[in-house]
Amino acid sequence: MSNEVLADYDIAQCKADAFYDQYDRKGELQHQTHYCPGCGHGNISKMLASAIDDLGIQDRTILINPVGCSVFGYYYFDVGNVQAAHGRAPAVATAVKRSRPHSIVVSYQGDGDLSAIGSAEILHAANRGENITAIFVNNATYSMTGGQAGPTTLIGQRSTTTPNGRSAANEGYPLRVSELLSTLAAPVYIERVGLGNNKQIAQAARAIRRAVENQVRGLGFSLIEILSPCPTIWKMTPVEAQHWVRDVMERTYPLGVFCDRTKEVEPRNVDLPKPALSEIPALLEIADTVQLAGEIPGVPSVVDLHIRVAGFGGQGVLLLGEVLAEAGLNAGLEVSWLPSYGPEMRSGTSNCHVRLSHSPIDSPMVSSPNVLIAMNEPSLRKFSATVRPGGWILYNGDAVPQECLQNDIHSLALPFTHLADELGDSRITNMLMLGALLEITGVLPQAHVDSALSSLVKSARFLSLDRSALQQGRSLYRERQKAMLLAE
Amino acid sequence: MRKQLMKGNDALMKSAILSGCRAFYGYPITPASEIVETAALYMPRIGGVFLQAESEVAAINMLYGAAAAGVRCMTASSGPGMSLMQEGMSYLAGAELPCVIADITRSGPGLGNIAAEQSDYNQVVKGGGHGNYRTIVLAPHSVQEMVDLTALAFELADRYRNPVVLLADGFIGQMMEPVEFPSEATEPYLPRWAVAGTAAARGNLINSLHLDCDEMEGHSRALEAKYRIADQREARAEEWRTDDAEIVLVGYGIVGRILKAVTAEARAEGIPVGVLRPITLYPFPSSKIRNLVNHARVFAAVEMSNGQMVDDVRLALNGARPVEFLGRGGGNVPSHEEVMRLVRELASNFLAPRARETEHVAHV
Repeated sequence: MSNEVLADYDIAQCKADAFYDQYDRKGELQHQTHYCPGCGHGNISKMLASAIDDLGIQDRTILINPVGCSVFGYYYFDVGNVQAAHGRAPAVATAVKRSRPHSIVVSYQGDGDLSAIGSAEILHAANRGENITAIFVNNATYSMTGGQAGPTTLIGQRSTTTPNGRSAANEGYPLRVSELLSTLAAPVYIERVGLGNNKQIAQAARAIRRAVENQVRGLGFSLIEILSPCPTIWKMTPVEAQHWVRDVMERTYPLGVFCDRTKEVEPRNVDLPKPALSEIPALLEIADTVQLAGEIPGVPSVVDLHIRVAGFGGQGVLLLGEVLAEAGLNAGLEVSWLPSYGPEMRSGTSNCHVRLSHSPIDSPMVSSPNVLIAMNEPSLRKFSATVRPGGWILYNGDAVPQECLQNDIHSLALPFTHLADELGDSRITNMLMLGALLEITGVLPQAHVDSALSSLVKSARFLSLDRSALQQGRSLYRERQKAMLLAE
Repeated sequence: MRKQLMKGNDALMKSAILSGCRAFYGYPITPASEIVETAALYMPRIGGVFLQAESEVAAINMLYGAAAAGVRCMTASSGPGMSLMQEGMSYLAGAELPCVIADITRSGPGLGNIAAEQSDYNQVVKGGGHGNYRTIVLAPHSVQEMVDLTALAFELADRYRNPVVLLADGFIGQMMEPVEFPSEATEPYLPRWAVAGTAAARGNLINSLHLDCDEMEGHSRALEAKYRIADQREARAEEWRTDDAEIVLVGYGIVGRILKAVTAEARAEGIPVGVLRPITLYPFPSSKIRNLVNHARVFAAVEMSNGQMVDDVRLALNGARPVEFLGRGGGNVPSHEEVMRLVRELASNFLAPRARETEHVAHV
């Protein structure tokens, strides 16, 4: 007998090992499937099962069973089974395969599932070139739910939701999934076959086997679209339904290979080396870091700073806060840093809340700061009234307007941006102001600030500029104090 | 191990990997994107899977696939993305698959804005998907808890074979605090029920379909029984100066932090205030709330929403004590000063009569 005839014989007469002998998961009639007489699913299941047998992959195979007539694949296939939500089988298959790269994952979907609700999932799984096999059973209707129209329903075809026949004007044109997906660069094999006669059935069996084999060889994404009779919904005899596949469906959905890159692509290596468990903390960059060496002066025993830093986006507001928090942590203080994001972002302003304390921090929100660093006038006007009595306002400007200065609030107003420009870059305004803040509060030893700065600023040029800006900021405050003492 | 200053979102993802998470499927959304980005950076380094999905719908179904294959897996999202994931969460719960979902909340409904709100409570805690199911929900209030509760989330997910949601507002995700990680990573293991593509696992089936009415009801009752056990064993709350509290403030996440600060100030004024901060939102720590009624005269729920958790506080008390509510939204936070005003008002409305009683008794 020729191979073709043998294949026909196998499919008609033999029960593959990949099927259960008896369908225990099925509630009744456990010796037969739930498929109707003449339904293409019976043939397709047999072809898939015999491919699994041939390739010797039964233990490795995982079948994804999404919603539709295909959902009961797990009644019959003696392989690992995962039932999936409507349309999502390619997403589920993607993760199953990536989790277990040695498994053989088959996503077995109908046309409603794959081409309508699951159109995004199949498109992207194909486009990523997932190493899975998609079996796409196209019978141009939603069969299990009683014969509604789907994207693959033919023009003029009647269904319960196109009672007068599908019209291009209302429902658009039949979706040619195989053609569509074959425009992508990643898929390795896409073929459309039919179940219109025995010759077509034999070709379908070869195509399905090939699509599974591609995966076994590690080549990538394969999809076989099968034009499949549904005599019950089409209201035909099984023989009429086969004729309809050949004579009608094929006119809209021509058979053939749409994409074949199996000879060009290299098999994928799935056995990539994995680090030992003990290496993971270091790989996550959370292993112990080197402590600072040498004697560093301690911090005062009582520290309770509630700092609000505010300015335009791009002024380094968040970095200023980060350096403070990081230095505070280095110095053994409790710290928190909280960026304000959201409504403020729209107007291009930026602000953060920083707390440094000798005792655990209850709330990281700073609604009434004892230090406000206002890097521009809108920030000064927005937050000056919230500063606590006895607190400080550092303002990037010539003078704090009188209406922003309540009783009992100290202030240091200098044209910091102008001074930063003179030092070489206006972008170090933040560090000038931080320098002044450090000098005013006297809380953080410089060594901790230096260490924080070098861990946060990666550019050597800025690191050096920032360091000198910090020193300059400190001396700006000292000079001002001297001048005030002299004036007194 | 030395403490490190870290963003909540980054800390959460690093903790997940230490806890054995080996697959991340997600879709970027503010303010959860740092989690996706951290996963993208570290997952390949440690031999795990990172994939940016085509949508949140695909992402949650990828979790379904990874969990079915027996891998500890997670995703992260926020408001609108969480809404899209609800169908998948229902399937995960129905098929009894463990996974962890971080919801770093923003404002809604609709596109809302990207600022922190606590208005995802109902969709996450009550289960926004279809069917009789619950998700276990943990609510961190600090960066350290982002680490600790993430580890717990993976444990609970496996123990109950159920999705666990980490519900953190955008502030907790975005803020930096010092954190400490466990010094050793957890070894991932293969659950016996997983569909792993091996001979031993060939008979395994992951499924949420039950055609027979009795079988479906039985499954749903079995799930319910499991949730009851979780209810009895897993409810967690932090109590802050509740021992003698006559006013009990209830709030989770960043609000819990504000309430603690308020408590300090109110106590200094002589007002007996305490805070009950739910750490698990499902199961809700109802019995811990009920235990306080002996001395508590009034409860107040404070939220960054129009009042969602407050319903659970009311259910817990079942009318035993009045429950007041203070909520802000849109990215605004109930400020220290606003909560203080509420506390003073409650003190004058609810505590004054008893103060007079005490006086009266003293005179006798």
